[in-house]
Amino acid sequence: MAFESLTDKLQSVFKNLRNKGRLTEEDVKAALKEVKMALLEADVNFKVVKQFVKTVEERAIGQDVMNGLNPGQMVVKIVNEELTALMGSETTEIAFQPGKAITVIMMCGLQGAGKTTTTAKIAGKLKLKGKKSLLVACDVYRPAAIKQLQINGEKQDVEVFAIPDSKEPVRIAKEAVAYAEKNGYNIVILDTAGRLHIDEDMMQELQNIKENVTVHQTLLVVDAMTGQDAVNIAKEFNEKIGLDGVVLTKMDGDSRGGAALSVKAVTGKPILYIGMGEKLSDLEQFYPDRMAGRILGMGDVLSLIEKVQADVDVDKEKQMAAKLKKGKFDFEDYLESMNQMKKMGGLASILGMMPGMGSKMGDIESMVDEKQLKRMEAIVLSMTPAERQNPKLLNPGRKHRIARGAGVDISVVNRFIKQFEQSQKMMKQLPGMMGGIGKKGRGGFPGRLNFPF
Amino acid sequence: MSEEKLGFFERLKNGLTKTRNNIVSSIDSVFNGFKTIDDDFYEELEEILVMGDIGIKAAEQIIMELKKEVKQRHIKEPVDCRDILIDSIKEQMKVNQDAYAFENVTSVVLVVGVNGVGKTTTIGKLASIYKSQGKKVLIAAADTFRAAASEQLEEWAKRAEVDIITGKEGSDPASVIFDAVNAAKARKIDILLCDTAGRLHNKKNLMEELKKIGRIIEREFPEAHKESLVVLDGATGQNALMQAREFKNATDITGIVLTKMDGTAKGGIAVAIQSELQVPVKYIGVGEKINDLQKFDPNDFVDALFDRSHEKE
Ligand SMILES: Nc1nc2c(ncn2[C@@H]2O[C@H](COP(=O)(O)OP(=O)(O)O)[C@@H](O)[C@H]2O)c(=O)[nH]1
Ligand SMILES: [Mg+2]
Repeated sequence: MAFESLTDKLQSVFKNLRNKGRLTEEDVKAALKEVKMALLEADVNFKVVKQFVKTVEERAIGQDVMNGLNPGQMVVKIVNEELTALMGSETTEIAFQPGKAITVIMMCGLQGAGKTTTTAKIAGKLKLKGKKSLLVACDVYRPAAIKQLQINGEKQDVEVFAIPDSKEPVRIAKEAVAYAEKNGYNIVILDTAGRLHIDEDMMQELQNIKENVTVHQTLLVVDAMTGQDAVNIAKEFNEKIGLDGVVLTKMDGDSRGGAALSVKAVTGKPILYIGMGEKLSDLEQFYPDRMAGRILGMGDVLSLIEKVQADVDVDKEKQMAAKLKKGKFDFEDYLESMNQMKKMGGLASILGMMPGMGSKMGDIESMVDEKQLKRMEAIVLSMTPAERQNPKLLNPGRKHRIARGAGVDISVVNRFIKQFEQSQKMMKQLPGMMGGIGKKGRGGFPGRLNFPF
Repeated sequence: MSEEKLGFFERLKNGLTKTRNNIVSSIDSVFNGFKTIDDDFYEELEEILVMGDIGIKAAEQIIMELKKEVKQRHIKEPVDCRDILIDSIKEQMKVNQDAYAFENVTSVVLVVGVNGVGKTTTIGKLASIYKSQGKKVLIAAADTFRAAASEQLEEWAKRAEVDIITGKEGSDPASVIFDAVNAAKARKIDILLCDTAGRLHNKKNLMEELKKIGRIIEREFPEAHKESLVVLDGATGQNALMQAREFKNATDITGIVLTKMDGTAKGGIAVAIQSELQVPVKYIGVGEKINDLQKFDPNDFVDALFDRSHEKE
């Protein structure tokens, strides 16, 4: 494992402590030393860490330790609350102009941050909200940047405005807005060239765009893997261009994403979206509390529970858990659980939220082959209801029929059924895994954090 | 040659201006601000290194080294620690003599890295360098995934005036490599530069794809030297270490290209990677133009970082 989790570290720090009434200075300092290291390993800027630790220290010393928690857990509870508060207490949306008025969004950031991809992703998101977006190719420098935006626009079925032989981003932006006004668009997204925050000429270019067209939302695109320099980047862009929000990209990697905290701390501007992959649908809402958990390396138990709670029919879930425990899980249940899983955004996204799983996301993603799942579903759908409820009925003749029905080889059917039987056996041995999640989800537990230690 | 070096040094220095000022001023304040070499002093020093993206593990190693030296040499003054610190980092960053041997034999250079770090641009720059040395260069555009990736590389091939083999968007990158390797053999190419799609190092299937590409090169062109460069964005924090580790696992990385060093990022991660993986940084990207790629010189790098050039005379 790349990082020893903060949880593990704190556990060893507080090995010898039992519940004490109040947090002593000594406890707090010992715990915060580990917290500080964890934040630094997560790439939170050093100065931000220092300030943060001071705040927590002041708040924590002398506090009562809540019933059922040990001092280390109590400190982490406070740390998590402060961190979440610093990340921004709630999810923020892009602010749109009222009514039919056009909202002009300008994307900016360093080279390679992911602006062009994010531009197309946002257009897709807004399309779902019924908005008509025009994407504008203002990166006149990087080879094939315009082409890249055009291809992405096509994939999203969103129009792209470009003036291929123009080297004037200001003119392109101006004409694009005029074009959008004439043609009934309500969103204009300007994709600008990547630039260094210390490149005076290039920063001036963005200022010029803003002077010549009314930009309502300036979004900074930041690579989640950025290190200590994130504060300099964000500060310069904010001071020179003026930012309204931030998009954090490449969050499907295994970086702890401390840059998010640094950027938020120096700009005060909300993080609106996170990029979760190369596909144009891989853009997600930003949840400050989840980010806090990720930076601390505490997994994301809370989000998991919220998600499970929100998306899954609790009764069905309970029934299934009971069946699982008894090993009575049949193919009907398999289909049902597949449907539940689809509702929750796929197995990979659920597992990714489990503590300690975050960094293994990539593995899981490649393990969960969607095509494979589809094939399995086809097999089950080719069974009769009686077969689904009673897998024992499946004799070779029936298996051949199913294979033909699903359009797969008999060996695939055999393997699938064998695996199914094996997992049935395994499920029997798992002590009420799914039932447990359901319970916690409804109960709502104190302190918002599930302490795994 | 000396002109190139000067250019590099100037560029690097310009690029590192902010870095240097930050590190030097804070390091100096530590050296001057402490009366004795004590735990507080070391702690402060360690924090400064961490702030330069060197990473806590490498920072601790460096401090340990420093402590040993201080003890052995009976050093009493915090200021005297400075040279020791600089020397130890230089020592760590040393590049082996044979690091660039691949440039003078028939080589296949595979360029890998996560998304947006500067792989394609680096290929363009490398092609230009080798071409100007009179070598026969071929480029393989095996990023068949990202929109307009091959158009981007085609533009670089044009700028460098070298040939390029491309595949359709969405086609199998391994087949592009296969074609390119065979073209390289047929055309008696000196250096084949292979661009690949950006991939996050934690995506197993994509890393497998890289391994497959590596196997094809190995199988089709066993007599060529295999060079595998991982491109890392100089502004990347601790994650660059994991990137280097994973890419090393997948393709046996032989060198690192550290890009965007014209920014304010401190590039300290290079030190961390050297110390952990012993993979040398071979090139450094200092801008978006075709000439903005230079061989990595650890002495210049560390000197520029700490700006000791004026003390040398
Ligand atoms: N400032 C600066 N930008 C760079 C450098 N190397 C590459 N870039 C820019 O980074 C962006 C991404 O580069 P690209 O080669 O497409 O990255 P790839 O996705 O890894 O192939 C482009 O805008 C390049 O111009 C460098 O050394 N300095
Ligand atoms: Mg590329």
